[in-house]
Amino acid sequence: MELNKDQTVMSEDKKPQDPNPRFACEGCSVLLDVNDGDRLVFARLSGGAILKIGNKNYSLKPLIGAPFGSLFQVETGEDGSFLSRILPIKQENSSNNVMDDSRDNREIVDNNEAQNLTGEEIEAMRREGAKGDEIIEALIANSKTFDKKFQLSQEKYKLKKQKKYAPKLLLRRPFARSICEAYFKKYPARIGFLRVDALSLLLTMANVTAYSDVLVVDMVGGLVTGAVAERLGGTGYVCNTYKGSSPYPVEMVRMFNFSDKVLERIVQSSINELSSANTASPEGNNQQEGVCNAENNINETSSTSDIMVEEISATTEAGVVDIVVPESKVIKAAKSGAKASKETIEMWRENGFSSLIIAAQDQDPWSVAKDVLPLLSYSAPFVIYHQYLQPLATCMHKLQQGKMAINLQITEPWLREYQVLPSRSHPHMQMSSFGGYVLSGIRISTT
Amino acid sequence: MLPTESKKAFSFKRCIEDGDLVIVYERHDVMKPVKVSKDGVLQNRFGVYKHSDWIGKPLGTKVFSNKGKFVYLLAPTPELWTLVLSHRTQILYIADISFVVMYLEVVPGCVVLESGTGSGSLSTSLARAVAPTGHVYSFDFHEQRAVSAREDFEKTGISSLVTVEVRDIQGEGFPEKLSGLADSVFLDLPQPWLAVPSAAKMLKQDGVLCSFSPCIEQVQRTCEVLRSDFIEIRTFEVLLRTYEVKEVKMDTSSMVGESHEEDNEGMRPCKRKHRSNENDTVSQDNSSNASSVVMARPCSEARGHTGYLTFARLQCLA
Repeated sequence: MELNKDQTVMSEDKKPQDPNPRFACEGCSVLLDVNDGDRLVFARLSGGAILKIGNKNYSLKPLIGAPFGSLFQVETGEDGSFLSRILPIKQENSSNNVMDDSRDNREIVDNNEAQNLTGEEIEAMRREGAKGDEIIEALIANSKTFDKKFQLSQEKYKLKKQKKYAPKLLLRRPFARSICEAYFKKYPARIGFLRVDALSLLLTMANVTAYSDVLVVDMVGGLVTGAVAERLGGTGYVCNTYKGSSPYPVEMVRMFNFSDKVLERIVQSSINELSSANTASPEGNNQQEGVCNAENNINETSSTSDIMVEEISATTEAGVVDIVVPESKVIKAAKSGAKASKETIEMWRENGFSSLIIAAQDQDPWSVAKDVLPLLSYSAPFVIYHQYLQPLATCMHKLQQGKMAINLQITEPWLREYQVLPSRSHPHMQMSSFGGYVLSGIRISTT
Repeated sequence: MLPTESKKAFSFKRCIEDGDLVIVYERHDVMKPVKVSKDGVLQNRFGVYKHSDWIGKPLGTKVFSNKGKFVYLLAPTPELWTLVLSHRTQILYIADISFVVMYLEVVPGCVVLESGTGSGSLSTSLARAVAPTGHVYSFDFHEQRAVSAREDFEKTGISSLVTVEVRDIQGEGFPEKLSGLADSVFLDLPQPWLAVPSAAKMLKQDGVLCSFSPCIEQVQRTCEVLRSDFIEIRTFEVLLRTYEVKEVKMDTSSMVGESHEEDNEGMRPCKRKHRSNENDTVSQDNSSNASSVVMARPCSEARGHTGYLTFARLQCLA
């Protein structure tokens, strides 16, 4: 028996911040799941933040301090509608056999006369403060066809009405997984059609782990940068590199609830800075210039950060993934993406990066790879993501011919979700048929 | 294999030392884990390799046998390890492993419970995800398997991150003292539904559970039990399709029109290729019509099923 509870307890004491904060605090980023995944909304919690469900606005204030995973429903009180936390009732295990249900749809006629309640009557009930569940009960009681329906259709009917009259909101922690899923569902093109299973492959195949120095070319809005930082947990570095003079925007990093410790590990540096190993300043005035550069860096850092924030608010207004901006005061997330320090760049030149992830949409994989691959140490794994197969095939061929890498492979993940219910299990009727291609390999010494 | 403190962080420029574990790479499907010892030798069909030649060389370089043939020496990673470990049980493969780690929301510092340990393929990846401060508690009812797994974790240098215990999780549940401490739980058991109530006790609120089962009937029963304490119950199947990349000569001459004598034969690549081998000048002449193109197509065979992955989140009651 070697279980060591002390270790667990000790490590929890040691941690100043839980790696997994369990409560939604003011100013933190949250994911709101409306009606079981029908709608996913990212928001930064504040007293003034507002979410629109149906045609009503709801303050997100009741969510502050609630544990992640709590469920909310809408209620109507004296001052209008508000969100209120509900504690779930333990569900009875109703495993009655549906196969015995002999009802079918032969008597159901679609003539729009099934419901006796009118829209005005329902609205009146609402004004009088009826709860969503009560409205649904009334709808069922006034439905001529409900009893004739097959048990399955009865459930579907209830669910449909619940979504409309008693919407439920689940408070979730934003993780790489949920952020990727939300974007893939709503704005797949912005993340280059990188599906969550493909993202998970990138992290695995690049061997991202604590204390790694991960080089990324992230042209998918910061999703890869954030996912890597999440796995680093405030150790090592994720260095975002770019061609030219302006870094690629990584605004999605703000959606993760990263502590300052984690954010400090997200840095950026241009390909030129990283690769111009021998064009460093002349030995003589080294110190003086060092100071000078440091100042420049600070200035540049602050200016790039400002630009980033502006970009974020601009995209927010454009309605990129519903991000609810609190109206009163904008609580800014801690800044990330500072310039890599001279010392760290020097360290990378010395040791090489321990992994590389390229997710550069609109760029030819080979033209990027041939520049950044030499920055990687020997035996280090790399992955290149692309939404098109052909350029990856060409890249793989060139790597093979140049004998730059081994264990080269192009893979395409395939993901299918299932409905699992008693006697009614089957794959979902609709599925995503494409989540991207991944070229993976290990860099080797050519000598 | 995994760094537990910054001093031990990966530095691939580090040279191979006596006692290191390296992966000897012959081909993408021929690899072998080797512990370097100054008197050791490796023998394969290409000859004899002396370990003493390896010491002092950086990882990722070629080393030669007495017959002048080479292999590569690589740093072990959980992925390479999965390819070379001895299969004591059916193991989880990279697509499932990656998806599980991501969906269980495992990050550094997490406490993860797993049963059974099996060959330790997933345990190694879980350890990588919880490092440096988290921990994986792995359980297997098979005494010998647990011993072998411990030896493996010792060999790969991750034993400070993984604890293996012999225990029948289906029969006894997880140990009481881990109650409420787990961020995530992974079940790979023949009757996972028996372990679900105990797993629910172990999880922190809002923690995530995953159950891996090859058969849909197992999934069915597990889901029925999950419904009482868990929400967001979702079942997935994840597979990989791999691609072959080849440089292929494609004849691009048109069927009609151009009055080349070769046009009629042009549609038969075998014949043309044969001829171009005989006579280089002919192939030069043909180059305007037959160009080399790099192309990709799916490999003909693939793993068609591994198992269903069912995820669920512990309901928040407090």
